[in-house]
Amino acid sequence: MTAMAAEPMLVVENVHTYYGQIHALQGVTLHVAKGEVVTLIGANGAGKTTTLKTISGLLHARAGHVKFEGEDITKVAPHVLVERGIGHAPEGRRIFSRLTVLENLQMGAFSRPKANIAPDIERVFALFPRLKERERQLGGTLSGGEQQMLAIGRALMSEPRMLLLDEPSLGLAPILVAQVFETIKEINSQGTTVLLVEQNALQALSIAHRGYVLQTGEVVLSGSADSLRQNETVRKAYLGED
Amino acid sequence: MTAAKAAVRPPKPTGWRAIRERMRNYAHHHRSITILWTMAIAGALLIVLPRIPPLNLIQSANPWYDAFANAGVYVLLAMGLNVVVGLAGLLDLGYAAFFAIGAYTYAYSNSPFSGQDLPFFPMLVVGAAVAAVFGIALGAPTLRLRGDYLAIMTLGFGEIVPIVFVNSDPYTNGTNGIGGIYRPEALPFFGEFSPLTSFNYMIVMIVIVTVAMMLLYRLHDSRIGRAWMAIREDELAAAANGINTVVTKLLAFALGATTSGFAGVFNASKLTIVSPDQFLFAVSFTVLAMIIVGGMGNIWGVAAGGFIVFMIQAVVLKQLSGIAETLQKAGLLPVFDIGPLHVDIAKVNFVEYQYLLFGIALVIMMLKRPEGLFPSQVRRAELHAAEELGPDDPELLGALGDTPGNDEDMGDPAASR
Repeated sequence: MTAMAAEPMLVVENVHTYYGQIHALQGVTLHVAKGEVVTLIGANGAGKTTTLKTISGLLHARAGHVKFEGEDITKVAPHVLVERGIGHAPEGRRIFSRLTVLENLQMGAFSRPKANIAPDIERVFALFPRLKERERQLGGTLSGGEQQMLAIGRALMSEPRMLLLDEPSLGLAPILVAQVFETIKEINSQGTTVLLVEQNALQALSIAHRGYVLQTGEVVLSGSADSLRQNETVRKAYLGED
Repeated sequence: MTAAKAAVRPPKPTGWRAIRERMRNYAHHHRSITILWTMAIAGALLIVLPRIPPLNLIQSANPWYDAFANAGVYVLLAMGLNVVVGLAGLLDLGYAAFFAIGAYTYAYSNSPFSGQDLPFFPMLVVGAAVAAVFGIALGAPTLRLRGDYLAIMTLGFGEIVPIVFVNSDPYTNGTNGIGGIYRPEALPFFGEFSPLTSFNYMIVMIVIVTVAMMLLYRLHDSRIGRAWMAIREDELAAAANGINTVVTKLLAFALGATTSGFAGVFNASKLTIVSPDQFLFAVSFTVLAMIIVGGMGNIWGVAAGGFIVFMIQAVVLKQLSGIAETLQKAGLLPVFDIGPLHVDIAKVNFVEYQYLLFGIALVIMMLKRPEGLFPSQVRRAELHAAEELGPDDPELLGALGDTPGNDEDMGDPAASR
């Protein structure tokens, strides 16, 4: 979609990340251009979540580097990256269950202490009207789908230029999955670049511009969403076709 | 935010509820003034009550004031530990270590042992600062640990500190500790500090608690307070939302240590002796029990918890034997002979059984009122949300069930007693 005139917004170059002795990412290289929706698909344990965590600073790469808007962010702490414009809605929702919906959203704007966040909260409520209804409810009492909406909304509160979404469809009913993906599209159309990790490859490829297929810590395939959808291997392995 | 809150509430409660509502609103908007007023009233009650029946029948005023001042030490400890455990969710089982460090700092500055005689009030700050430094020194390498691991680590630190004091004879006078610590300088109007003028200690303590409470409430309501809560709920999510988790956790640890150091200085000056056996695990545990009983996360709650538990420990249990004896003499309390078992309640030393009684009380508490006597609203809502929802909402109950929280960690020390 976007012409890649200058350097892409996010560049991940030959990144190796470890959990102790476990070599989880074995040289991942990918890039995301401004305005794109890019998806990472792959089986369990392929390294999708690890890649996102390495980008957002929750994990640090032992080799290789990550560049965001031209600056090296390989060793930068996560809270700094939030200020620099990377929002991360981590896997498993991880909302603050003992804070209310509103407080959760306010926490999302922690990196902007002086900002007037009222319009941002309204924006999230406009994207997810269900959250508005549950404004005063404790996060832990929301249903799974509502928690997912809250997690995405909270990540938006830091006004990220790039949003990392980790399995937003996990554990949701099909109708909610469709709704969440619609919203992701809308968030993207409002100007936020999205890097989306998904197991639900079909849905992810239907809204993404491009995609990468990860296998045991390596990118094995990449290309436009359409080409990946047509690809024989992808169809067999991830789209459940024979 | 509060305007919207008011709009959501049911319209115009009447009678008591209206008054309570208005008081709560006022307290919310004028925290420091509310604290001043409440502490002034509490202070006045503490001054007057020991002079009138029934309290003056139990013991005379001076021992009461003495007990109140000592209770204040534990109120401070409880408020400090509440920051660490209740707000930031870091289970600290070695809290007495910082209490010890504050106490020894004062002992050095004001005793024949060291030959120093520095003024009391500046030393309060110095002692607290030294404790804070140790809090940071311990916290920096260990706060990357979570949950159980942090608890074990702090437990270890709590054991190490008294042992170091025992074994560094030349500097600490070993097991005997440092005695003859000088009392604080006389106060204007109130006069000398002595064992016979516990009143002075109590007044100083009330002032310290009031100031500490105002500062802690400020922090609780601030950005940092929010960050602590977020870390307590979910550390990874907190980091992903832009919170510097390392610095924020260190701050909680340092602040807890500071409060504990304050308490230590005061306690040393009041007891006039410090020795390693004053700072054993029992102290850490007792303070933890206080904040569980009081209502973790709620500053007033844990202060009340500290006061109540201490008074039970120091006064009620001590007096029980006397009361039982009186009752027996009056023929109201028989001696039970059940088979080979001879039970004479008047001969029971209740103080000896305090930890047994504590344990039983905590178990009952966890079963019947796990949020503590005076819980924070959030915690109450959380623990009773399931009941209010009713049993027909499996989805919501499911969502509650898998909330990642610290409840398991918190419950453990109490339950495993």
